[in-house]
Amino acid sequence: MGRYVIRRLLQMIPVFIGSTFLIFVMVHALGDPVNALFGDRAPDPAIAEQIREQYNLNDPLWLQYLKYMSKLFTWDFGNTFNGQSVTSLLAIAYPATIKLTAVAFTIEVIFGVGFGLISGLRRGGWSDNGVLILTLVVISIPTFVTGYVLQYLFGVKWDIFPATAGEDLTLDSLILPAIVLASVSLAYVARLTRTTVAENSKADYVRTATAKGLPRRRVVVNHLLRNSLIPVVTFLGADLGALMGGALVTERIFNIHGVGYYLYQGIVRQNTNTVVGFVTILIIIYLAANLLVDLLYAVLDPRIRYA
Amino acid sequence: MPAATRVRWAVIVATSVALVATGCSSSKSSGGGGSASGGGGGIVRAWWGDPQNPLEPANTNEVNGGAVLNMIFTGLVAYDPKTSKPSNANADSITSTDQQTWTVKLKPGWKFSDGTTVTASSYVNAWNYGALSTNKQLGSSFFRYIQGFDQVAPASGNPTAQTLSGLKVVDDNTFTATLTQKFSTWPATLGYSAYFPLPASFFSDHAAYLNKPVGNGPYEITSWTKSSSMQLRPFSGYSGTDKPANGGVDLKVYTDTNAAYADLQAGNLDVDNGIPNSALKTIETDLNGRFLNTPAGIIQTISFPLYQPQWSTPGAAMVRQGISMAIDRPTITKVVFNQTRTPATDWTSPVLGAAGGYKEGLCGDVCTFNAAKAKQLIEQGGGIPGGQLTISYNADGPHKEWVDAVCNSINNAMGNTSSCVGRPVGTFADFRNQITTKQMTGAFRTGWQMDYPLIQNFLQPLYTTNASSNDSHYSNPQFDSLVNQANANPDETAAVGQFQDAEKLLITDLPAIPLWYQNGTVGWSSKVSNVLLNPFSVPVYNQITVK
Repeated sequence: MGRYVIRRLLQMIPVFIGSTFLIFVMVHALGDPVNALFGDRAPDPAIAEQIREQYNLNDPLWLQYLKYMSKLFTWDFGNTFNGQSVTSLLAIAYPATIKLTAVAFTIEVIFGVGFGLISGLRRGGWSDNGVLILTLVVISIPTFVTGYVLQYLFGVKWDIFPATAGEDLTLDSLILPAIVLASVSLAYVARLTRTTVAENSKADYVRTATAKGLPRRRVVVNHLLRNSLIPVVTFLGADLGALMGGALVTERIFNIHGVGYYLYQGIVRQNTNTVVGFVTILIIIYLAANLLVDLLYAVLDPRIRYA
Repeated sequence: MPAATRVRWAVIVATSVALVATGCSSSKSSGGGGSASGGGGGIVRAWWGDPQNPLEPANTNEVNGGAVLNMIFTGLVAYDPKTSKPSNANADSITSTDQQTWTVKLKPGWKFSDGTTVTASSYVNAWNYGALSTNKQLGSSFFRYIQGFDQVAPASGNPTAQTLSGLKVVDDNTFTATLTQKFSTWPATLGYSAYFPLPASFFSDHAAYLNKPVGNGPYEITSWTKSSSMQLRPFSGYSGTDKPANGGVDLKVYTDTNAAYADLQAGNLDVDNGIPNSALKTIETDLNGRFLNTPAGIIQTISFPLYQPQWSTPGAAMVRQGISMAIDRPTITKVVFNQTRTPATDWTSPVLGAAGGYKEGLCGDVCTFNAAKAKQLIEQGGGIPGGQLTISYNADGPHKEWVDAVCNSINNAMGNTSSCVGRPVGTFADFRNQITTKQMTGAFRTGWQMDYPLIQNFLQPLYTTNASSNDSHYSNPQFDSLVNQANANPDETAAVGQFQDAEKLLITDLPAIPLWYQNGTVGWSSKVSNVLLNPFSVPVYNQITVK
């Protein structure tokens, strides 16, 4: 197990370097950021030159990347054009997004697995059909539509939840955006759980367990659900990274100053430091989530062992 | 590990992050309620966007930073929010005998909110700092009219002087400024934020200043959480006449204009001047009439690359006139913009007023929709160069809709569906890059937001030879000489007349087609009243009253 983890960690290095370099190149392909700083006014050549110098924009791309990466290893992510350090932005943005993702993930796990289990156990019943129709609706509507509609209904019209989350993120203000963020994945989790539960409920070991006279609760939770969870956990692990990246839309709608917002600002203002810094952390989280999933397999199914 | 424990452990791992994080946030919710601020004390909660640059007077060239600077600073002159007429604010008098060397006398006893006194040096030091190229101030070019600018910000290489030779401190409350050319309306330009004074602490502890800027204006910053919110409270030592009518302003940064609008409707926001386009159709009823839509000092135009041979012929000028006449401005402003644009009939803005140089209908037939005449002119001029007109725009801004509408209008007039196409450029930076490096081959969108309400500001930087923002690279010696004459003319009315004479040359040369004047929009909650927009389309915060 230990060697497996080390091997996986080593594999992350080329993935990490490759993806950061790609992002770096892509942001640069967007054009010269200095021109945009001056708005509709033509830049003063003397000033533009000084600013290019300050941000190493006169160097060839590979040298800029090397300079950037060498600073990155000392945890110096550079500054944005308005003088804030990217590390301070990371410190504001990631906790906000992690809170949102955590609430969304909890909702996704509890309701996704819950709905899937109910509908898988009672195939063809009204609850099964209900879940199927509901998930179909959720999957087919884009997130931003769900977001604006729920915001208008619950936030503006009925005043049940705050319309936007703002600076102080309270659980109260996060529920609405979390539901929106979780909704699509939740639907997939429910359907995935339903299918595997339905398949496994006819399996021999379930019949054996029932024949042994075990209470139904134990049969379902300890035998049926546990074996059915493997594909679900795979999906959830990959989804954790996707949720953080996909929070962009939800964060904009509900005014949450998280990763999505700063990443968006960074792209609009062509701030290489911000974009690459944020994406770097996202990549690390994504890689870690994937590793966690692979390790969880062993916990769920003792037959899977890592040498 | 028994089977049951193992499953439980798996579930716990999967959700533990969630529980920890939500635990944190729920305990915090009891501490500081987000929606409970405001209310008593007469605080105005207002929409804000994250400033793009550090909050230094000469380094701020966009509206979000500018809004704050105008609250915490009062310059030598100030503009009336309704008429945009300049009048002395911190200046007691600004006089000159030759329109070139100006003597500025300050009203004595003004203070910065850190307690220090505003002196002539506060201005001279601030201007020297703003002009010096190594300080990388985006507004550095505003000091180009002052003598010695060439030395502190040479076009290439390092500066040969650290201070502007044209600025001299006479005594605590007096300084003189010598300009490189006669400029009769120069005093009226000094209300722009680049000309604000700076306290000594700006130079002694720059980092601390940037965290909490200090000014001499009606408000002071009491707290600022970067990229999320700022609290401004009235500055008790303020000497100006425009003292705040409210207990302060809380600016809230929004990720999206739609989110701000939702908050405005839900009663969590009082003043919203970032109304999204999507809300404009319903805003009158949504807000019960608490909405204002007035022209701002912004004009939108389509410019042509006159540096391209095919666009510099006499025939091409006729083609440009034809294109201008093929654009149905009233319909586009109504359908695409919900009346938040006003069809343009000159190259300035209605906020200047007739006395300030705005002249309705100056452009005449050329800016009036006439499909038949348009087609005739374009054909007479030899047709559109290259057979097809492209209008470039940056795709990261809200431009596609109107560019398509303009092209449709031209195509209909020409009776040819491929006469005109929009050409999106990925980002604003790339778009500006193509313009400044003269890479444009067809028409492109341009816009101009005035720096100060003067006709000079709408003509000189945009259309004189080699001017800083002359994107079409238009050059007409007659135009230049009329502008110079107007600048040298001490009589304001006569000067405005000469500027308009110059402007009339644009009708035939047409380096840029006027499209429309942009309006400023603002909506407000039932908690506040007396909300209006200044000519720069920024709310006049100090006049807002809270019920």
